[in-house]
Amino acid sequence: MSVATQKKSSTPASTGAGMKFVGGAANYIDERTSISGAVKFLGRKIFPDHWSFMLGEISLYSFVVILLSGTFLTFFYDPSMVEVHYDGSYVPLKGIHMSAAYSSTLNITFDIRGGLLMRQVHHWAALLFVAAIGLHMLRVFFTGAFRKPREINWVIGFVLFILAMAEGFTGYSLPDDLLSGNGLRIIDGMIKAIPGIGTWISYLLFGGEFPGNDVIPRLYVLHIMLLPALVIALIAIHMVLLIINKHTQFAGPGRTNDNVVGSPILPVFAAKAGGFFFLVFGVIMLIASLFTINPIWNYGPYDPSPVSAGTQPDWYIGFADGMLRLMPPGLEFVVNGYTWSLNLLIPIVVLMLFIVIVMIYPFIEAWVTGDKREHHIAERPRNQPTRTAIGAAGVTFYAVLWAGAASDLVATHFRTTIEGVILTLQILLIVGPIAAFWMAKKIALALQRKDRELVLHGYESSRIVRLPGGEYREIHTPLDEFEQWKLVSFDEYAPEQLRPNARGKITIGARMRSSVSRFYFEDRIAPVTTKELESQKH
Amino acid sequence: MADKKSDVVTSAGSAVSRPDRLQNPGFEPEHKRVHDESPERARGAERGISLLFALSGILSASAFALNFIFPIVPGDLMSTRYNNMFVGLAIAAGLLCLGVGAVHWAKALMHGHELVEERHGTRGGDATRARAVEIFQEANKESGWTRRRLLRNSLIGAFVALPIPAVALFRDLAPAGTPEEKLSHTIWEKGVRLTRDPNGVPIKASDVTIGSAFHVMPENLLEVEEGFLDEKAKAAVLLMRLPLDALNETEDRKSWSYDGIVAYSKICTHVGCPVALYEQQTHNLLCPCHQSQFDVSNQCAVIFGPAARPLPQLPITVDSEGYLVAQSDFLEPVGPSYWERER
Repeated sequence: MSVATQKKSSTPASTGAGMKFVGGAANYIDERTSISGAVKFLGRKIFPDHWSFMLGEISLYSFVVILLSGTFLTFFYDPSMVEVHYDGSYVPLKGIHMSAAYSSTLNITFDIRGGLLMRQVHHWAALLFVAAIGLHMLRVFFTGAFRKPREINWVIGFVLFILAMAEGFTGYSLPDDLLSGNGLRIIDGMIKAIPGIGTWISYLLFGGEFPGNDVIPRLYVLHIMLLPALVIALIAIHMVLLIINKHTQFAGPGRTNDNVVGSPILPVFAAKAGGFFFLVFGVIMLIASLFTINPIWNYGPYDPSPVSAGTQPDWYIGFADGMLRLMPPGLEFVVNGYTWSLNLLIPIVVLMLFIVIVMIYPFIEAWVTGDKREHHIAERPRNQPTRTAIGAAGVTFYAVLWAGAASDLVATHFRTTIEGVILTLQILLIVGPIAAFWMAKKIALALQRKDRELVLHGYESSRIVRLPGGEYREIHTPLDEFEQWKLVSFDEYAPEQLRPNARGKITIGARMRSSVSRFYFEDRIAPVTTKELESQKH
Repeated sequence: MADKKSDVVTSAGSAVSRPDRLQNPGFEPEHKRVHDESPERARGAERGISLLFALSGILSASAFALNFIFPIVPGDLMSTRYNNMFVGLAIAAGLLCLGVGAVHWAKALMHGHELVEERHGTRGGDATRARAVEIFQEANKESGWTRRRLLRNSLIGAFVALPIPAVALFRDLAPAGTPEEKLSHTIWEKGVRLTRDPNGVPIKASDVTIGSAFHVMPENLLEVEEGFLDEKAKAAVLLMRLPLDALNETEDRKSWSYDGIVAYSKICTHVGCPVALYEQQTHNLLCPCHQSQFDVSNQCAVIFGPAARPLPQLPITVDSEGYLVAQSDFLEPVGPSYWERER
């Protein structure tokens, strides 16, 4: 109410017919919607600035591009397995039997104005969408932006990542071309391996013993209705929580855990973000007009019999496909007449474990530190060496699996044997993450030492001075207090001491926590203190 | 709005607090931008940005025009490619001009000072939280949720039972019968001719020279109306002829081949991709999806890769006219393993 009156009283101050109209319209809407409250709440909300904060924006904007281009495609795509004779513009496939789904996709490509463009925009935007979410998650992980109070939003974001992959996979199958059918079969094969219920799940899901005639319309409903509805709902919650928690910011002079420093939504952030949307859209459009993606006309319609060498899934499914490829042979057992296909169950379980650990990581770290405070300062990765090392190990694990999905192409491009490539990757899958952990931790600690050195002694100025005694010394330029603050302001944790609880007992939980805490915080570099700085001056 | 958020002392866990840590020096003095200090530069930026916006409009309009300059001509693939490229480039350039203009406006000309907003703890204020608890207590009292336990538990029971009908409703997602029945049979049967995939021409034993490989489907596949893809997916076969001395067969399977000609299911026992690549020098079959390799001279035993079982063999012989025919269906289910497979 007070806002409305305030607005009304301020209206006469602005003159001119245009302003009068705007004021009148605003009043009209506000009297019916109370929208001035939203403007007051959101209009000057502060968003801090850092290049890495744009990764989440890229995900959001590419999703908008996906919605726009996808809607265009639904006007022309026919999700039907009815068999037709192709009679479109693409001569090599003329007269061939195919599903209406494939035929309509060919028509979109060759006969609909802008159809190929929209298909390519849609596909490239989808690839970018998943990639941007992945990078956004890495940013959040390595800067500790998942800590209290943002653990729930991390989980929501994680679910969005899974949904994005599901969207990608269901969409990949819709053209009903040769490759997409094979992708479905691989999923079918994996589902069938699930003990007890796998056969039935696959049978019901695909409407038959193999992905057959029912699957395209089913995937279509998932792809354009169920999954997008979930994605939109979760994005909405993700954004609401972002507004409630306010964005994190990096440490800097004047920035504290209790404030946000940056640009207000109106006008600066809105202009930047709005402009950035068009930049993302423009880049996707540029790629789509210059680079072919998924040339389904080269593959032909789906047929369960042929397949070509060098087939590749879209990049984000690669890690799962790679895991399948890296399993050694002979991992299947029959017990009491029931088949345990460990060559598929191990990948399923390992991948599940991997993604579940990613999902619950914020809770694990909160348990280790026992820190119940809110954290709004994004950390520099070097200042949490163990977390950074865990992230590096996870990235390496993912990367090796991903390389596994291209094992045949690696072998042919580098003229080596497929067996050699697989063996190398199998070894790397175990050794790689351990090596990455060790290296990342060492590097992080070394960078912390460098920071300490800088704060204590300043920059080397390249100025050599001869002292009266004949001694040569390089002059070091000390940092100013603002630069110093960026380097010394970080959270520091000590390993948890094992102590008996109130009843004089040491529980197993406490023992575990203490050992994990030691694993995390045993090697650590303390920030420079005022005392150290003082003693340096004298 | 006197809803105070109490300063609850939250545990810092194993965080170290140092009394002698450096203190936040407060905000740095503002740095002025070029455009703040020189009105001339600011006017230049304004002109540049307006030009970008105007250009964006022209480019969007030109995308419309380019549709007519590079129309899609039915049957001409290059026309599709040009249409895609030029229309796309014009749209992309229009979008980029708009984006660059807006971002530049924000960075160069809009009020550049950083603003500060206070954060308050995420938890609700004390009074709000107390009122929320109170509301739940009142609702509980008024409804008898905890007091009338029978009522509450029977309601929960009803909710648990609610999804049960779905089990029946979703049964018809797949056809009648069990998946096991469907998976354990293909349309191969005694006397069905082996024909070429996809044209359906029957294959004579004499056509199959040493070293050659044929993609095969059963002759009766073309008569299948319902579930053609399902049946083809199960019945696809690879036919190869090996020199007799290269073929190692166990006693019970000696009669399954004909004069060095062997037929194997083409469906990988790993996850069901077609095992389509035959290396005639080594007699190895390679699955292009996950690189499982099968040795045809040893009854398609797995020699590399994630697959666990040999490819199932189709027993074949020749009929009176010299055409290759099946002796029977496969004697085991084809394709990837599943739980009930060995039952």
